[in-house]
Amino acid sequence: MSFPIGKTIKYLILIFFALLFLAPVYVIIVTSIKPLDEVSLAEMWTLPSTIDFSSYKEAFSKLAPNLMNSIYLVVPATLLSAILGAMNGYVLSKWKFKGSETIFTVILFGMFIPYQSILIPMIQFLRQIDLYNTIPGLILVHVVYGLPITTLMFRNFYANIPDQMIEAAKIDGASFLGIFRHVIIPLSITGFVVVAIWQFTNIWNEFLFAVTVTTSDKQPVMVALQNLSGSQIVQWNVQMAGALIAALPTLLVYIFLGKYFVRGLLAGSVKG
Amino acid sequence: MSKEVQVKKRKRISKDKWTAVAFLLPSLILILVFVYGFIGWTGYVSLSNYNTIVPDFSFAGLKNYKYLFSDFRFQADLRNTLFFTILFIGLVIIMGLGIAVLIDQKLKGESLFRNIFLFPMALSFIVTGVVWQWLLNPSTGFNHFLKFFGITPKWYTDTNILAGFEWGSIEFGLPVAIIAVVIAAVWQMTGFSLAMYLAGLRGIPDELREAARIDGASEFQIYRRIILPMLLPITMSVVIIMAHISLKIFDLIYAMTGPGANFVTDVPGVYMFETTFRGNYYANGAAIAIIMLLLVAVFIVPYLWNSRKGEQ
Repeated sequence: MSFPIGKTIKYLILIFFALLFLAPVYVIIVTSIKPLDEVSLAEMWTLPSTIDFSSYKEAFSKLAPNLMNSIYLVVPATLLSAILGAMNGYVLSKWKFKGSETIFTVILFGMFIPYQSILIPMIQFLRQIDLYNTIPGLILVHVVYGLPITTLMFRNFYANIPDQMIEAAKIDGASFLGIFRHVIIPLSITGFVVVAIWQFTNIWNEFLFAVTVTTSDKQPVMVALQNLSGSQIVQWNVQMAGALIAALPTLLVYIFLGKYFVRGLLAGSVKG
Repeated sequence: MSKEVQVKKRKRISKDKWTAVAFLLPSLILILVFVYGFIGWTGYVSLSNYNTIVPDFSFAGLKNYKYLFSDFRFQADLRNTLFFTILFIGLVIIMGLGIAVLIDQKLKGESLFRNIFLFPMALSFIVTGVVWQWLLNPSTGFNHFLKFFGITPKWYTDTNILAGFEWGSIEFGLPVAIIAVVIAAVWQMTGFSLAMYLAGLRGIPDELREAARIDGASEFQIYRRIILPMLLPITMSVVIIMAHISLKIFDLIYAMTGPGANFVTDVPGVYMFETTFRGNYYANGAAIAIIMLLLVAVFIVPYLWNSRKGEQ
């Protein structure tokens, strides 16, 4: 039914847009491996004559401490928000009670608020409890504001586990905690992978909390990258190398676990 | 079942009920305090005179809001947000739907194409901003190709307002510079609508298309009359989610252009950040934040309401 010529046009359109989408990747890679004397505005698209990794060395030495900050932030924040999300999702899908749907909506709303609307009290609160400008402070922030999305994802995930399994376990005398421990958790591996990838990506990439809660040596990598690109004395080949270094962890996750990333992305649209 | 067992069982069920509530309680308390309590606190700050380093919570009424709505910068922000939102949502939908339909034609290399269009979703807005400020820099980037066609746009450095007319203290119209930011944002977020539409297209049974073909419908008619209407709920979700991203956008613009000359690329998120944390105008910053929240709520509350009702 579709003519070869129609098919060719479809390919051409797709290839055109694919090249357009890959253009930034080309610029990042080509610029970041150029020797300094070949980095110029006029020669952005030309290939380097030799491959030179000195921009990576410079960018890495500038970003390394912040990369560590990001790791210290992302790992606990991801785990904690996933565990709390699983607990909430379990109750809200398998132990519904009067008002539980309302509670779910109340929690869910937190996902959509502009974080500017809680930022001023948040900073004051963190100062009060001595967590301002600390990684634990940022972890707290990301766990709390990650709750809506992790709750949503686990609730939708657990909704697919048949209620009969829960009923059967109840008849066998299993309690609330027993069912969670022996029925739900073993079935949650995929759920945890999807939620963890989603939270990892989001927290790694987040900027607003990072730039307002931390200063200088406590800053996660995205703030350091922004400082690098805002600074007039840093060459843009170093900026490009820095951008790639900062993006690499989430890019690798996407390349190797892309399927789960997309599942998380789809689960973010409320009905899932 | 003997009476004793029944009583025991009921006891256990009610104990389980309480454990369930205890499971939920920590998160619920956190959300009530950190979301609703803090929003209330921000609202309180927005009505105060706290535009100083030293906290001053004396009541100022709507003074800060009145100031903002007469402020050149904030008026420009609202204008920019309006045009950014319209262009951004429109392009994300057109690109996502168009590419999804093409990919869904059972072409070879389907998963390669899908991955190419989806990977920017895994990046930070900061990375996107850092890279695109060079790609859309007027003296390099894409202009190297465009100059062959005799066009050299000034991108985000352009201070023109298209179809502008005086309104309030600003010139109302499409700020040309915002188009550059829209392009970067669309590059990053098209993957989202693409993934949603692909999932939607997969959900439409082949028999439906077959039946339409047998009835003599052309491919174009099948899309126009059958598939697009079936994708409407997905389009609604995409619009809502993109709208809330667009209304609270901050990092992309902060990294890529900043407020720009005459605030042509400024948005409330950037203004809020700078005035609060660089200028110590806490009450003004809080007022901007509350306005942003209200704008988002206009989209989100009906959406949440509907999707909760639809599930019950």
